[in-house]
Amino acid sequence: MIAEAGAFALVLALAFSLAQAGLSAAGRIRRSATLAAAGEGAALAAFLGVALAFAALMHGFVVSDFSISNVAANSHSEKPLLYRVAGTWGSHEGSMLLWCLALTGYGAVMVLFGKGLSAGLRAVAVAAQGVLGTVFLAYTVFASNPLTRLAEPPVEGRSLNPLLQDPALAFHPPFLYAGYVGMSVVFSLAVAALIEGRVDAAWARWVRPWALAAWSLLTVGIMLGSFWAYYELGWGGWWFWDPVENASFMPWLVATALLHSAVVTEKRGALAGWTVFLALAAFTFSMLGGFLVRSGVLTSVHAFAVDPTRGVLLLTILGVTAGAGFALFAWRAPTFSAGGVFAPVSRESALILNNILLSAATATVLLGTLFPLIREATGGQPISVGPPYFNLTFTPLMAAMLILLPAGPLLAWKRGDAAGVVQRLGLAMLIAVGAALLTLAIASPRHVLGAAGVGLGVWLIAGAGVEIVERTRAFRTPPTETWRRLTGLPRGAWGMTLAHAGLGVFILGACFETSWKVEAAETLAIGQSLDAGAYHLTLERVVAADGPNYEAERGFIRATRGGALVCEARPERRSFLVGGQTTSEVAICQRGLSHLYIVLGERRAAAAAPVWLVRAYWNPWASLIFLGPVIMALGGVVSLSDRRLRLGVARRAQARRRPPAPTPELAARPAEGEG
Amino acid sequence: MRARALLVAAAGALCLAAASDPAERLKDPAQEARARAIFRQVRCLVCQNESIDDSEAELAQDLRRVVREQVAGGADEAQVKRFLTARYGEFVLLRPTVSFGNAALWGAPILVVGAGLMLWVLRLRNRPPESELSDVEGARLDQLSKDEQADTIAPKIGR
Repeated sequence: MIAEAGAFALVLALAFSLAQAGLSAAGRIRRSATLAAAGEGAALAAFLGVALAFAALMHGFVVSDFSISNVAANSHSEKPLLYRVAGTWGSHEGSMLLWCLALTGYGAVMVLFGKGLSAGLRAVAVAAQGVLGTVFLAYTVFASNPLTRLAEPPVEGRSLNPLLQDPALAFHPPFLYAGYVGMSVVFSLAVAALIEGRVDAAWARWVRPWALAAWSLLTVGIMLGSFWAYYELGWGGWWFWDPVENASFMPWLVATALLHSAVVTEKRGALAGWTVFLALAAFTFSMLGGFLVRSGVLTSVHAFAVDPTRGVLLLTILGVTAGAGFALFAWRAPTFSAGGVFAPVSRESALILNNILLSAATATVLLGTLFPLIREATGGQPISVGPPYFNLTFTPLMAAMLILLPAGPLLAWKRGDAAGVVQRLGLAMLIAVGAALLTLAIASPRHVLGAAGVGLGVWLIAGAGVEIVERTRAFRTPPTETWRRLTGLPRGAWGMTLAHAGLGVFILGACFETSWKVEAAETLAIGQSLDAGAYHLTLERVVAADGPNYEAERGFIRATRGGALVCEARPERRSFLVGGQTTSEVAICQRGLSHLYIVLGERRAAAAAPVWLVRAYWNPWASLIFLGPVIMALGGVVSLSDRRLRLGVARRAQARRRPPAPTPELAARPAEGEG
Repeated sequence: MRARALLVAAAGALCLAAASDPAERLKDPAQEARARAIFRQVRCLVCQNESIDDSEAELAQDLRRVVREQVAGGADEAQVKRFLTARYGEFVLLRPTVSFGNAALWGAPILVVGAGLMLWVLRLRNRPPESELSDVEGARLDQLSKDEQADTIAPKIGR
């Protein structure tokens, strides 16, 4: 009964989405506030409908109602509660429902918190969001309905892929999808701006909070996925340049570029066309990500809920929505003004360089991901594009960007002072070069590239420090004045500094871990030991440790360093009864920022006694790899809390400043005559 | 036992990843290190996008054995890759060859950066001659930059 109610609510949500699109569009065309408000009501109702459907499906998973085909195919009554809940979005159908939940959810938030937008822009944006909702809900209802019943329900379900039964992965899809779909608002706002012919500083300011929120969520989502790969796949790696990782990374790169170009549009009225283009591209890449992951056109270690037949439908949706957006762009973009002028050395130029390098990086990842498909489609020999390609192309592009990064925030708008910036960054440069040289001197073995990477990480962190010092005029004014300036800094500035420093923390961890990790593997009988770096590991015993839905062996491994006990590791090797898969439960001993990572492998018969393959990895500073993105996301959140970004505040202030609302013609050319 | 201690020490010194299965390992640590370096560039053909270094699949084990035999026989990286490519096609290499067919793949990053820089330079050159601000404009600018709203709605200066 609950499932039927959910299915009905889902169909209702589709109808409401359609109404949302129609009513809002009609409201804009007839300039009727009543129709537009009705469209907004429909947007809220659509969200409510999808939420009900989602709750119904989750209920089915929690109570293990195997008469629902999706539950029967993806759950098992002996699964722990958390994974029964997470099973809701573990399948293709469920994840599409989650996508729709996020899509309509953002629509509802846009209606509730978008009061600051001008009425016309708002109505068109709500309509555009309605169209997106209609398309994806129609797909879910007609091609991927998660709430269909089975005529003959099985007694037991077929379970969720055991690799997915993991806390990090349980929460990875919600974050990722919230990030992906957050770009839909940016997309809708871009479409609205193109239709209204209004891309100006105010529009860029409206877009920014949405882009920031989506970017922060995506950052966390990608980090969780990477963390999951790190400890669940059991190879000690955290990024494989895998197509599915790339699929989530591309929208992130585009969103990062968008955040930076939107600043130029907001402050200087320049790059309006490019910002709109990125706004459209961000959601296009999100949809591409969803399509690549769900269609199974690419092989991946991460792809689970794959269905090639529906892939074609998803590709059609992607082509039509993105195509419509970009066609609109091609039609309207030439009318945009160029905006304010600037010198070769200026904040604008720095942000443009950032965008060029990020675009090139995105193109690299896109081509690296799709090129095998293109080669095959054009009748060429099949090829693989793996990590060695990305290390050779992506890494230099990013390195170039990171070298330039600390200079950006210190440059003035319009015309910057290159010599002054170099002078102000002198100390940071000194610290960075010193750190690189010190690393090269101390760390063994010597890795020039690793040391350079460490220098780069320190450069970003020190650069962020210099930026705060500059903004507060610390050491040049009395401490009270510095304190006053420090507390007076806008949250947006803090957010940017945090995000940049977080990137530095990530680079530091990534380079250190990659260059100086130590690996060891031996087959050990009970009582035997192996050495990994400075650590001595002894296999003390192995016991059976069966769980609710798996059989497992648990190793008791004692790790010592110089005779002193460091940690008692308990790695497991699990064999799942349903499906017959084996997984490793890695034991990670946290040592400061570093990880001692221990994997229990298969049992092998030997002459005297059974032996186990034990792998150990010393991953120095590995924590920073995951801490960095968290700091970056935190930067996004802090920036989001800036009062200048709150739409209500901006509108009230705007109303105070210029009582008559700006006419669209004037607003479309914001920076005219400036300079 | 001493040989193993030596091997562990050598592995540590070379920072080579010794997480390979000890049953498969070559005796000579230098050769083993070269073999491992090649593993990371060879795809496990039946796996979901894994190198033979990472995979536990049988085919990966076979490929590791083949590569180790070749390395032990004195083949260098290029020779091993040629051997594998002849057998399995270019698909086996995780790093695509720099060839005509892959021109777009390798050229794209340079092309995008080049195009971006060109657009940037065009944008810079395409500007009207700069004029200094008059005193009145300067004063108004100062006042505007004090105002928080100055950056909400781009002001119209000099109209």
